[in-house]
Amino acid sequence: MVGGEIMSKLTIPQEEIMSSGHLGCQGCGATIAMRYMLKVFGRKTMLTFPACCWSVIDGPWPYSAVSVPLFHTAFETAAIAASGIKSGLDAFGKKDINVIAWAGDGGTFDIGIQAISGAAERNDNILYIVYDNEAYMNTGIQRSSATPWGAWTTTTPVNNPKNRPKKDLVEIIAAHRVPYTATASIAYPEDFIKKLEKAKNIEGFKLIHIFAPCPTGWKMPPDLTVKVARLAVQTRIFPIYEVENGVSYKLNFNPKKFVPVDEYLKLQGRFRHLKEDGYKFIQKNVEYEWELLKKKVETFK
Amino acid sequence: MKHNKKKVEINGASNMPDMPASLGSMASNKTSSWRNLRPEIDESKCIKCFICWKFCPDAAIDFIDENTPPKINYDYCKGCGICAVECPTKCIEMVEE
Repeated sequence: MVGGEIMSKLTIPQEEIMSSGHLGCQGCGATIAMRYMLKVFGRKTMLTFPACCWSVIDGPWPYSAVSVPLFHTAFETAAIAASGIKSGLDAFGKKDINVIAWAGDGGTFDIGIQAISGAAERNDNILYIVYDNEAYMNTGIQRSSATPWGAWTTTTPVNNPKNRPKKDLVEIIAAHRVPYTATASIAYPEDFIKKLEKAKNIEGFKLIHIFAPCPTGWKMPPDLTVKVARLAVQTRIFPIYEVENGVSYKLNFNPKKFVPVDEYLKLQGRFRHLKEDGYKFIQKNVEYEWELLKKKVETFK
Repeated sequence: MKHNKKKVEINGASNMPDMPASLGSMASNKTSSWRNLRPEIDESKCIKCFICWKFCPDAAIDFIDENTPPKINYDYCKGCGICAVECPTKCIEMVEE
């Protein structure tokens, strides 16, 4: 395994490539995701960052927290910059270097969607990872199209919260019929690492959508980051699944009993204004989406 | 840029001054002053599962070997408390600084 041997008691690679001392907030979910990603991909990696939390977390020039070459790019061009770097490396004959576009949800769901759609359509050999904290956290918690229904942000205040559901990015990218698309959560690192290993060995465009809670923006104590990420999966608000070649769906987490959504919502300040009918509406939507997902799994078995 | 039929030349590339791409990692930035609660491991209750090490967002918990309880690096720990919540035996206590 690249990225350090797995000791018998450790379920994830031991080597630490992301350095301590970065500028992430206390309990940042995005840094946990980066730590796992670098453990798998090792030092033969190049990263592109658009404007996102990680362009700040990484620290001021000439210091860096990721210990691999990285390229800060404009907000809408993470995917296309990664494609260009990959083509350049290929032209020099350096085929063993992985190029990864690492972007937040604003630079992916809203602003970068044309670049990512172009890269997916050309099937460029890059991995695109979107760490999803469900708003523009870096600039002060503004609504993005990844913000869920009913959530508070500074641009959707409590008397007028967001009234549209979250955009289904994995479905959009899967519709390009790319080799691999998956969702993952920082609360299930073994599953995330398995998906990264899989993506590493696939030629073509890959996308992993990782759920990374933000204590600052979600108005919750920083010690609940991992717990909330786990509850999001257990309540089916964020199901973890993978799609191969755009059609073959596979559920990675399918227990017999599920947790009701209020347990997830009540922990977060951004849902504090919701009443009983709001919880019921979210529960109904979650069940509907889950049935839809199960139908897709059965159809393309 | 001058296009030649055979190769592409970038004017002045050889005259560019040597510049470091990076002076090093952010490890020089000690983030311990961010903390107001300090995690402390009760080593007698620790079962050495290394779940705290796995979930630390600051990579501030050091893995030594399988039979030694992990050690918290107080130079970098920001005191978020994820380790105390995730610990299965609740042997990590958050103490006020």
